[in-house]
Amino acid sequence: MSDATSPRHIPDRLQSNAARLLKSWEVLLLGVAILIFIANSFASPYFLNAWNLSDATFNFTEKAMIAFAMALLIISGEIDLSVASIIALASTAMGAAAQVGAGTTELVLIGLVVGLAAGAFNGVLVTVMGLPSIVVTIGTMSLFRGISYIILGDGAYRGYPSDFAFFGQGYVWWVFSFEFLLFAVLAVIYYVVLHRTNFGRTIYTIGNNATAASFSGIRVARVKFILFLLTGLMAGVAAICLTSRLGSTRPSIGFGWELEVVTMVVLGGVSILGGSGTIPGVVIAAFVMGLVTFGLGLLNVPGIVMSIFIGAMLIGVIALPRLWDMWRRS
Amino acid sequence: MIAFLKSREAILAGAMLVLLALISSRFPGFVAPDNLARVFTDTSPLLLLALGQTVVILTRCIDLSVAANLALTGMVCAMLNAAMPGVPVIVILAIAVGLGAIMGAFNGLLVWKLAIPPIVVTLGTMTIYRGIIFLISNGEWVNAHEMSKAFTGFPRTVFLGLPVMAWIAIAIASGFFLLIARTPLGRSFYAVGGNPHAAVYAGIDVGKTQFWAFVISGALAGLTGYLWVARYAVAYVDIAAGFELEVVAACVIGGISIAGGAGTILGTILGALFLGIVKNALPVVDISPFWQMAISGAAIITAVAFNARSAKAKGRIILRRAQAHGAQA
Amino acid sequence: MQMSIETKAQVASAVDTAPVLTLDGITKTFPGVKALDGVSLDLYPGQVTALVGENGAGKSTIVKTLTGIYQPDAGTIRVAGEEMHFATAQDASAAGITAIHQETVLFDELTVAENIFIGHAPRGRFGLIDWPTMRAKSREILDRIDADLDPDMPLRDLGIASKHLVAIARALSVDARVVIMDEPTAALSHKEIEELYELVERLKSEGRAILFISHKFDEIFRIADRFTVFRDGQHVGEGLISEIAEADLVRLMVGRDVDQIFPQRDHAPSEAVLQVVGYSHPTEFDNIAFTLRKGEILGFYGLVGAGRSEVMQSLFGITKPSKGVVKIDGDIKVIRSPADAVGNGIVYVPEDRGKQGAVIGLPIFQNITLPSLSQTSRAGFLRLSEEFAMAREYTERLDLRAAALDQDVGNLSGGNQQKVVIAKWLATKPKVIILDEPTKGIDIGSKAAVHAFMAELAAQGLAVIMVSSEIPEVMGMSDRVIVMREGLIAAELEGDDLTPETLVRHAAGIGEEDQ
Repeated sequence: MSDATSPRHIPDRLQSNAARLLKSWEVLLLGVAILIFIANSFASPYFLNAWNLSDATFNFTEKAMIAFAMALLIISGEIDLSVASIIALASTAMGAAAQVGAGTTELVLIGLVVGLAAGAFNGVLVTVMGLPSIVVTIGTMSLFRGISYIILGDGAYRGYPSDFAFFGQGYVWWVFSFEFLLFAVLAVIYYVVLHRTNFGRTIYTIGNNATAASFSGIRVARVKFILFLLTGLMAGVAAICLTSRLGSTRPSIGFGWELEVVTMVVLGGVSILGGSGTIPGVVIAAFVMGLVTFGLGLLNVPGIVMSIFIGAMLIGVIALPRLWDMWRRS
Repeated sequence: MIAFLKSREAILAGAMLVLLALISSRFPGFVAPDNLARVFTDTSPLLLLALGQTVVILTRCIDLSVAANLALTGMVCAMLNAAMPGVPVIVILAIAVGLGAIMGAFNGLLVWKLAIPPIVVTLGTMTIYRGIIFLISNGEWVNAHEMSKAFTGFPRTVFLGLPVMAWIAIAIASGFFLLIARTPLGRSFYAVGGNPHAAVYAGIDVGKTQFWAFVISGALAGLTGYLWVARYAVAYVDIAAGFELEVVAACVIGGISIAGGAGTILGTILGALFLGIVKNALPVVDISPFWQMAISGAAIITAVAFNARSAKAKGRIILRRAQAHGAQA
Repeated sequence: MQMSIETKAQVASAVDTAPVLTLDGITKTFPGVKALDGVSLDLYPGQVTALVGENGAGKSTIVKTLTGIYQPDAGTIRVAGEEMHFATAQDASAAGITAIHQETVLFDELTVAENIFIGHAPRGRFGLIDWPTMRAKSREILDRIDADLDPDMPLRDLGIASKHLVAIARALSVDARVVIMDEPTAALSHKEIEELYELVERLKSEGRAILFISHKFDEIFRIADRFTVFRDGQHVGEGLISEIAEADLVRLMVGRDVDQIFPQRDHAPSEAVLQVVGYSHPTEFDNIAFTLRKGEILGFYGLVGAGRSEVMQSLFGITKPSKGVVKIDGDIKVIRSPADAVGNGIVYVPEDRGKQGAVIGLPIFQNITLPSLSQTSRAGFLRLSEEFAMAREYTERLDLRAAALDQDVGNLSGGNQQKVVIAKWLATKPKVIILDEPTKGIDIGSKAAVHAFMAELAAQGLAVIMVSSEIPEVMGMSDRVIVMREGLIAAELEGDDLTPETLVRHAAGIGEEDQ
């Protein structure tokens, strides 16, 4: 073996991109999405209606915006469970500002800045102090929403400027809402960042082996800090859309969303242990979750029952391939 | 003794005493025995779940499904009681513990046999268990008037000055000291979480140990499910929503390391009591109860920062040995 | 001939001749590596058998097989003539086989007594752990080995040497017929080593069989009765220590003429690239000073734990030095992170390939372009064709064996993974390359390829630092060798001063402590 002298030619790829794609998680998930779509259209006569479908997108667009950034964060080996509480905090800040007459531009700025600040707070605790992100963000999850409760108690903020409603209720063209288009644009941006840039490559590297990444000259803490900032920022964006859509702020706004966002990310094929996953996967997972929620809703199945379906999908998508493996080997 | 005084438990106990002293300086009624007993009884569910969560976290896992498990078991018990009021409480208790343990075992099996990350497993089962409550109850409440006297009375029965619910918490906590200190399984929890590699060398099955941690956590969630529903005399889909995070918070505040293998039962008990005192003290000192969430969040962050600082890994000391040698030669 | 038979007869009459443990035809294969290839091993009661072999010879694998951590693919294990299968560590322990491991397999959060007894704690009523008995027994065992430790102390409060005593006590807590000692003296001071030798004598007198694994020839010749030599996963010899000369044992172990397998090099000293002066760390090393020239291979030799890797990792920006100056091409540089080091032309191939070197999970080409992404990309956007081109260039130079460049680096053999790590750094066009145990645990073919490549790099003007614990490699590759001991530079050797004897003497501090 070792006496072969001339260097051997090693092909770039073992299988073509197309062959690899066909076997990918994303294609499987897309199949599921199509099946659900077909099932829905048979199950309810109201399903195949452009406006109904457009309405359905609101079920997932705000969560998906956060899920994009969360996907990057989870691929890098960290997690942020405080995102829903950042929504509450940002929304409360915007509500308070609206009470003293802030205009739409100020409100948007406040939403984004609060999101960034909350993300920076998480980021400092995790990357500078070296604390485990799961505990830190369970803590800030209580802290951020707790601040909203301190400010609002059981009250609510209303009285947002009328043009503020555009972000959550406006349509850009025909049935395409502002939120849906924002979701689409963000999907493209996150796709490019994760899959087409050096920065995206370092995220995968850190998630697979942070020590080796650091030993290869990558500034691991800096990259992770940026990802926490980004996640906070996206929670701020989601807060703007959700607040605008609801037209009011209560401290319970977006309660439990962190788990739905994480579910969306994991369902999209991102490994919870970090190191792998794609944005297209998360996009399809967002559609799957939106379609399931909407379809069952048309059938008058209550939301809580859909959660069984989503919980089962979350475990099933990981368990089934492993069971299949075990069965084949035995 | 000196080692104990420097421990996290001593610091936490000290912080609690200071807190109690501050409160009692203005509101002496708070530290009256019957009020402290009430605070303890109020904290019992948190304490029970936190004890179960502790063994799970010790083995490097996490169980986010405990609150959903509690709610589902509670609903099953309440519906059973409503349908068959004659079933004795002891049978209900057995069903609650058994059902909870089965749900815990389901989590444990997925972690052990399929090696799915615990956070994913319990995130999934948390929504599944919660959804099943709706399926079996059709989203309807089981109210006090549908429950039998024996059913709702059991946890509230006062025995030697404390309600049965508090006694159960005390008994289970004592049992945990025994479980952790005196059984091979208890020590295995530490071994598996502290150094899984070495656990294999000691002949300990890592996955199986984690499985048993989930079963214990589930059984306690089930038990608490019945107690909760009986004490508040109501069962509905959303009871104890979000309680799993308070449970994890109690463990973290008590010094249980999320990285596994480190922490004590005493710490967990103190962590749970700390949260319980804060929760009960707020209305007394006339601070809006809405402060509670932010305070527990700040407490978690402080605790984890403190734990990390005291557990800084010691580096390899090469030189000191050389110097000690030089002194000897 | 006559004499040899006599000696054997003497030994045979002195002790029971039947081996207590017999391994036969043990084979164990891992993906890409045959760790053990039909090896045999006999251990005799009341005797110490030294297992000798280079890194990667299969010593650790045989220990793991004997203690039930690994199950062999083929072969038999007999204890007192009875064939055994060890499915778990407890099975091996029940059969009376116990080991003092080289790696820490103890639990920081448990007490000394628990660490001694975990897995076989004495039980009282209801199957509960009987703490008083466990404490008393621990006390007894600790006394037996003269260890002044409190059984109730948490292990995390103990130093390395004390932890080692606990590991020994753990091994003795089982009524063992066979005691395996895997480099037991690596972390101990001289006084502690003497105490360990006494312990070994006591175990012998109690009739236990001892498997003693060590790299230190002086101690092998001092305490062993027999030897068994493994080389590259195969059994290549065994016999009585009294009948073999040290040089012959070395030859058996290395198995080849050292000069032949290393590339011939003509070294012409050139200008200094890296100068290190007064380089110190609070706990790991002190006052390290050396100069590295272009085209030179500078060897760093020492025992495991002498502080060599610590110095290298500090030069690479992983840990912060407390004082000292680093000059590159005559200019003082402050290196705070690996990124700084790479920027200044210093790269580091770590010893722990799986954890610190290769990014398992990423394809080969992405591993290679990792530190050079700024060259293959445009304005921060990846250009895959450039990446493949760069990866192809360096993998072909290193003669990498792989199915495709987009294959996960985790599917490669150890030697090929090492080539990927080296390729990654060459692509950054460094001035100084530090290789930490570059051929540890890789097969002979890849070893030779790595050696040849190191020579080629030096010939092209790169300055090379090679940390190695293998004497033949240090001797065969280095122009100059710095020997470290306990965090300090013990000697700098070149030319005629550079012999296996001087290396070992300075590394172990022999001849200095006596004065």
